[in-house]
Amino acid sequence: MLTLHCPNCGVMADETELHAEGEAHIKRFGPGSSDEEFENYLFERKNPKGVHFERWRHVAGCGKYFHAARNTMTLEVYGTYSAQTLAPPKTLVNAIKKKHPEWEGWA
Amino acid sequence: MRRYSAFAIAREGARYHQGWERAWNSPVPKKKYDVIIVGAGGHGLATAFYLGKNFGITNVAIIEKGWLGGGNTGRNTTIIRSNYLQDPSAAIYEKARSLYETMSQDLNYNVMFSPRGVIMLAQTQSEIRGYQRTAHANALQGVTTEWIEPARVKELVPIINLDGPRYPVLGGLWQARGGTARHDAVAWGYARACSDMGMDIIQKCEVTGVMQEGGKVTGVQTTKGDIACDKLAMVVAGNAGDLAGQAGFRLPLDSVALQALVSEPIKPCMDVVVMANTVHGYMSQSDKGEMVIGGGTDGFNNYTQRGSFHHVEETVRALIETFPIIGRLKMLRQWGGIVDVTGDRSPIISKTPLGNTFINCGWGTGGFKSIPGSGWAMAELVAKGEPGPLAADFGLNRFREGRFIDESVAAGVAH
Repeated sequence: MLTLHCPNCGVMADETELHAEGEAHIKRFGPGSSDEEFENYLFERKNPKGVHFERWRHVAGCGKYFHAARNTMTLEVYGTYSAQTLAPPKTLVNAIKKKHPEWEGWA
Repeated sequence: MRRYSAFAIAREGARYHQGWERAWNSPVPKKKYDVIIVGAGGHGLATAFYLGKNFGITNVAIIEKGWLGGGNTGRNTTIIRSNYLQDPSAAIYEKARSLYETMSQDLNYNVMFSPRGVIMLAQTQSEIRGYQRTAHANALQGVTTEWIEPARVKELVPIINLDGPRYPVLGGLWQARGGTARHDAVAWGYARACSDMGMDIIQKCEVTGVMQEGGKVTGVQTTKGDIACDKLAMVVAGNAGDLAGQAGFRLPLDSVALQALVSEPIKPCMDVVVMANTVHGYMSQSDKGEMVIGGGTDGFNNYTQRGSFHHVEETVRALIETFPIIGRLKMLRQWGGIVDVTGDRSPIISKTPLGNTFINCGWGTGGFKSIPGSGWAMAELVAKGEPGPLAADFGLNRFREGRFIDESVAAGVAH
């Protein structure tokens, strides 16, 4: 079973306490944006085979959002971090890169 | 191709079964094809079949990275129904259901289609209203369904417990012409018919890149070398996002795991398919006597073909309440498949940003029932280059234009 460390309340949370919220770091568009930008923001997803940065919510715990880096091919969890950021922490990206040199990196 | 018949069985029986042919050829790929279809699951093979049958295009290769029908085609719970709320969905699923009725004859292959009837249980007040609405919509669409009261549910499913403590059965949406079919046989039957038309089915051959020139596709790179083509059809379900990435565009999809399980075989006890969407469980009994059980999807992106155990537990817990008789059954097998889910829970049958390239994906948790209808519509799109009436509403552009075919409320969970 998937367990993730919640960076907000500090506990190791079991999958049944959590809710997956999809791709993280999506750039948002507001009024005045083009149809293409809205389509990209609202619907199109990277859905990668491999390293995935995603949002989770600790619904049956502290109730707060956080981010996780996880591998969709192996279910390996690389780490979790605060949702109060526009990009994953450099140390985490470097650690994943070190483990998987063929990974194209976070973009 | 030698036809299968009672006479053929007698003939082969008389000569120690020495004369059966291989059902399909496994040739070395040619240098070039008119159409390459990526994905030899039900949808890909059906696309190939109707390309040949309806449009006479037979210089076709169907490329499969694993084995034929080894993805979601062999992993679903084989339910066939067409009681959808929205008109475009009802049209394509009803086309598929009607093609299932004659599929064994059309393919000369017994797909064991069993129109035993499907009940979708209403277990909350909102489900009652939802299914009554669907029944009215179906009446207008020409799809025969019926709202039934709890007493009739009990008559159809004697083993059901109407008075469950959490979710009593308040009625149901009944489609008498829905049912099940043998999922492997659907893939095998189409493969045999395609091979007979001269098409090449190439297994254990993974596409590693899409070759293009001047905005149009020219072929694919594979683990068995480069293969050129005039047109490319991507029919790869959960892997659609990955393949689209190779071709240079993105899709509105998330790939997640969906699980199913079967029990040990028992004597016949339920001769219809029962779906309980509120509690994320659906069940039917196979011809071997196993209870075939499907559950809900995991919430997170996943390509591993295995899901979370707690979803199995949730499903079984709910079904035991509704069917107390299964409480002591042992489960034999449990498995997962990777389904590609769109925002409106409707599929994509569409042209793509790359010229002469077409995509069929996004069937999510409901792909099996739609195989023949999906292949029919996809073949028309590939042959003519423009979608026909069945596929027209399922284009990728609907997300940009806000023309959703919203089935997420009506059927977001179980299919």
